[in-house]
Amino acid sequence: MAKSIQSLQRAAAVLRLLAGGERRLGLSDISSSLGLAKGTAHGILRTLQEEGFVEQDPASGRYQLGAELLRLGNSYLDVHELRSRALVWTDDLARSSGESVHVGVLHLEGVLIVHHVFRPDDSRQVLEVGAMQPLHSTALGKVLAAYDPVARGEAVRGTRERLTARTVTDLEQFEAILELTRSRGWAADVEETWEGVAAVAAPIHDRRRMPVGAIALTGAVERLCEDGEIRPELITAVRECARSVSRDVGAGRF
Amino acid sequence: MSDAQSTGTSSHGTGPFIAAIDQGTTSSRCIVFDVDGRIVAVDQKEHQQIFPKPGWVEHDAKEIWTNVQEVVANAIEKAGITKADVLAIGITNQRETTMLWDKNTGEPVHNAIVWQDTRTSGLVKELGRNVGQDRFRRDTGLPLATYFAGPKARWLLDNVEGLRERAESGDILFGTMDSWVIWNLTGGTDGGVHVTDVTNASRTMLMRLDTLEWDPKICNSIGVPMAMLPQIRSSSEVYGTAKGGPLDGIPVASALGDQQAALFGQCCFDEGEAKSTYGTGTFMLMNTAHKPINSYNGLLTTVGYRIGDEKAVYALEGSIAVTGALVQWMRDQMGLIKTAPEIETLASSVEDNGGAYFVPAFSGLFAPHWDSAARGVIAGLTGYVTKAHIARAVLEATAWQTREISDAMTKDSKVELTSLKVDGGMTANNLLMQTLSNVLDAPVVRPMVAETTCLGAAYAAGLAVGFWPDTAALRANWRRAAEWTPDMDAAKREREYKNWLKAVERTKAWVDDDEN
Repeated sequence: MAKSIQSLQRAAAVLRLLAGGERRLGLSDISSSLGLAKGTAHGILRTLQEEGFVEQDPASGRYQLGAELLRLGNSYLDVHELRSRALVWTDDLARSSGESVHVGVLHLEGVLIVHHVFRPDDSRQVLEVGAMQPLHSTALGKVLAAYDPVARGEAVRGTRERLTARTVTDLEQFEAILELTRSRGWAADVEETWEGVAAVAAPIHDRRRMPVGAIALTGAVERLCEDGEIRPELITAVRECARSVSRDVGAGRF
Repeated sequence: MSDAQSTGTSSHGTGPFIAAIDQGTTSSRCIVFDVDGRIVAVDQKEHQQIFPKPGWVEHDAKEIWTNVQEVVANAIEKAGITKADVLAIGITNQRETTMLWDKNTGEPVHNAIVWQDTRTSGLVKELGRNVGQDRFRRDTGLPLATYFAGPKARWLLDNVEGLRERAESGDILFGTMDSWVIWNLTGGTDGGVHVTDVTNASRTMLMRLDTLEWDPKICNSIGVPMAMLPQIRSSSEVYGTAKGGPLDGIPVASALGDQQAALFGQCCFDEGEAKSTYGTGTFMLMNTAHKPINSYNGLLTTVGYRIGDEKAVYALEGSIAVTGALVQWMRDQMGLIKTAPEIETLASSVEDNGGAYFVPAFSGLFAPHWDSAARGVIAGLTGYVTKAHIARAVLEATAWQTREISDAMTKDSKVELTSLKVDGGMTANNLLMQTLSNVLDAPVVRPMVAETTCLGAAYAAGLAVGFWPDTAALRANWRRAAEWTPDMDAAKREREYKNWLKAVERTKAWVDDDEN
């Protein structure tokens, strides 16, 4: 019979502790409750945090259950349901902006495109559903990394390859961008992934305020930008679209 | 062109606008569109489904008219506009649903009999006499079946006491829902116009497809007095102006049955262009230009639309009873998925159907087989097959059923399908759309406005009042949101199609006569 792995048993005990009673616990509460050395408990919590099962409140330093854990359970939002909820709103966004629209979710170490609306100019375009995009340089990826600790972990641990002269590869600068994204609620990619292409993205949240995906408007940099910045009306349009989809995602099943 | 489009997001600030009313089977809606065909505001209200007996379905026409007034007022309010900004009103409606009302009081004599209602099954058999269900097909394009309006009117005349006398003395008006809405909109007992359009009239079994006029002989055979029939008009012209209400004085300028409106909204203006709407069931229509094509492969011949004095455009129609309904069945009856979109997740977890084929002949087979004794089968089961393979077979069932209709259309019309325009809820299913393209061996295209039915009614109304100059201007509004291209080798396609047809054979003649 296979031997049980002690660290996993301990991790399970930590999760059970965080799932019951009080919502947030400090390191010493956890270590004393489970009879573990502080260092051991901290190691377990850090690992769980990297996997997204545990989150640490930045102000108090206390721990709580993380986004990934909820995703495992019933709150998991099917990506195909996300697409069907997003359909009407993303059509309208593409139509009003004249640019293409993508919906992306975290998958493995990148962004999986689950929905794509063509740029409405009747030119030949190829459906990009199922394609992967990098986490660290695209607007979709930055939004996911800013709001989803699992995505952030992937982007931080990943190679952050230099794709253009403007790609941010330095960790500190990257973290600053995520901070900025969280504070203003959207992310941009101005020629950081593809030369000549700009994008702006905003997060989709479900009813538990979980980040379940992101919506991006993508197009030629000269159309999307003015003086090197994304045009404000496009930012508003993407955020409004993401809010509408979020509302629909929270509206329950159909 | 791209400059005009990329000026931002506030594109529908100024009018004028077109208001489209969609009087549907489960709800009534009003959508306000701008000159680019974009949605400015929507309002919707459901009405009661009345089931007096098994197989009977009725609607309260008074409730529907109240709801229509409400959704129009709400949509105008949500759009933040006044009637001064609205150039015309367009109508689209559930087809074939039939009602009779008193022209002096405006009171319906009975609930409306809904298209799904099967109470006329005995009557239509009787009407077939020694000829059978094709007795009126050559003149009307339709087989004798319970859906169509003429026999439903006859049922009301036979079953509502004293009605036939009142009808013959000219006090009773017949109409499908377009007629009822237009009559009320234009004043009702105070001068309301009693009209229908060619597309709705083509679903009564009382109109000749060649002359686009009521046929006295057929009316007589079915037992419907011509005195109560509305005037047949084109789909796009000013029938009258709204009297009272929030749109007082605005022209009522189009009427189209819902599927024909979707054909129009999808801009299928050329011969061979086809659209398919994927909902609970599926309706596929192909434009056959100015000739009504008699079907020898179980399709319906119908009027696609007629713009003003121009020649009418005809269509071939094929319907599939169970498409989205099969996904719902997997969710509600089998419990294999929690939500409808999850069917794609489950189906995507395997590469193919594992040898399984699902023919959902739940209430028999429709076009092109027409076997009411058929029942559903899952064929090709082995120990290898998982629920994911079944999910895949569920999606493939919709694709192959579309292929069968498309083949029938090609046989009847001699026109090859070059591409298929799709709309409806199931177009959100990427795997289904790709599978559809693979089995049709043709591109499948989704337009940017999902509300093609309302859009079609708005387009037809806008054309009538000069909001848009011609169909070319409408085509310029059409935007491709997504396109799927075939990605399956021909040998595999043929092999799978053969297997599908084998599975279809196994559904046939399941119900014995004595079980009926």
